[in-house]
Amino acid sequence: MKKFICHKVSEGVAEAEAIISKDHIMFYLMKPDTGEVIEQAHSLEGKSVARKILIFPGGKGSSVVQADGLYQLKLHGNMPSAMVVQFPETVLVSSAIIMEVPMVDKVDPAFYEAVKDGDTVRVDADHGVIEIL
Amino acid sequence: MKLTQEQQDMLDGKYGKGTAYAMKIQVAIGECFDAPRMVPITRAHVALSNQEADLWFCEKLLSEGAHCRIAPTVNPGFCLDYFTKRDMVAPEFAELMRRTHSAYKSIGAQLTYNCTPYIDTNVPLFKEVVAFSESSATPFVNSIWGARSNREGANSALCAAITGFVPEYGLLLDKNRLGDILVEVKADMKNDYDYHILGMLGKKIGEGIPVFTDLPKATLTKEALRNLGAELNTSGAYGMYHILGFTPEAPDLATAFGSKDPKRKVTITNEDMAAILDEISLEGNRPIDFVMFGCPHFTIGEVQHIAEKVKGTKLKKEMWILTSCHVKTMAERMGFDEIISEAGGAIVPDTCPDQPCWRHLNGKVGVTESPKCAYYPQRRGIHFVIRDLDTCIDAALTGEVK
Repeated sequence: MKKFICHKVSEGVAEAEAIISKDHIMFYLMKPDTGEVIEQAHSLEGKSVARKILIFPGGKGSSVVQADGLYQLKLHGNMPSAMVVQFPETVLVSSAIIMEVPMVDKVDPAFYEAVKDGDTVRVDADHGVIEIL
Repeated sequence: MKLTQEQQDMLDGKYGKGTAYAMKIQVAIGECFDAPRMVPITRAHVALSNQEADLWFCEKLLSEGAHCRIAPTVNPGFCLDYFTKRDMVAPEFAELMRRTHSAYKSIGAQLTYNCTPYIDTNVPLFKEVVAFSESSATPFVNSIWGARSNREGANSALCAAITGFVPEYGLLLDKNRLGDILVEVKADMKNDYDYHILGMLGKKIGEGIPVFTDLPKATLTKEALRNLGAELNTSGAYGMYHILGFTPEAPDLATAFGSKDPKRKVTITNEDMAAILDEISLEGNRPIDFVMFGCPHFTIGEVQHIAEKVKGTKLKKEMWILTSCHVKTMAERMGFDEIISEAGGAIVPDTCPDQPCWRHLNGKVGVTESPKCAYYPQRRGIHFVIRDLDTCIDAALTGEVK
């Protein structure tokens, strides 16, 4: 088990399978009933973020579409279990807090070298700790 | 984050559950960005969207007793009266707009339904601290008026309107307002439309605060600056930019960059402008079904220009001009509304192109001068050729676009 420190953005604790996105994320271009990314040429195109630990650089898209996209996933129980972000901005941060998804940033760079798709990861935003189990 | 007694009382619920919820969200945002404290705002603009999440959030705050301390202006949904009278909108969407209207009215918003508050109805002063959402609004109030707003989301701006405070971070601080990208514009800038296209070059400009140079002063109209900000946030994410020798925080290069070297230098050429247009527009030389203007909302000056062009003619195709209700009233008063109606066009107040009231345009091809207008309605099956304003007006008259 490897532990890494991080910084809380949105409170909560979650443990799930990791999914890593190279590209910025827009929740509007995901299927609400599956959590599948439908954005063309996205590194997660065709993959689902539902109930996973989503590791990604940052958010994109207008405030309106970001919040609505995450809300639609929430209605279907298909939001990510937690999010690990590198470059938070106000729109993403407020969307995560309002939809109550745990989210952290400022993660120890060693985490990014260690983590792989499919690893089981535990995010404890409240204590600022991530573990690869 | 250090809170004042009043802010702590808000968080602890002494001002009601809704205010406590709004404050909790703002404190979390502040802690994320290491804000040391919260500071008061004197204006807000909420990019209401008339979408489910937006309504859910506003109704949730309202049901817990929240009320705006600072009455925010709001973005358009669609004009209920106009579209229900003409039977253009499905009942469930009319109901959504009715609920949105009712929720924002009850929570204490100014029901302006206009996306250009920085021109008409909510103009901040130099250094005024405000909370503005809406992609064209945040860069305008920061860059042109020198007011201070972060790039708020619709929901964080509503929280700020309720508490009357924002966490102090980002563009509220001098050090974060300096330019870091030098953008030399060698392309020919002739009119407001060229600023739409310039703004679409976000990918080439890169992330940061651009400082534009070589822009001809005579072309820097309020419409051009509105277009530039709207498109910078369609092609990227920009809370602020500078124009050398024009915007208040960029009198010279040393001030604009804080006496540092830019991290990037970019030159924009006519070829860049032509290439991006190719990428974002349908091909021309085709018949079109309709013309749409007013994303962001058109000014009375633009309405007048169109009225003069179409006076005494009959349009071959539908022409929709979206404006604020103030501009609509002014157009009626000045006779432009009558001229445009007689030609077969319509000035519609309080309405956005990305709304369910445009279902009759599904599968059709329009022409517009705004790339933002072309971008968002794609998911409604509406596609556009993008051309300058006069070419679009000609297309309405002939039914074809070059």
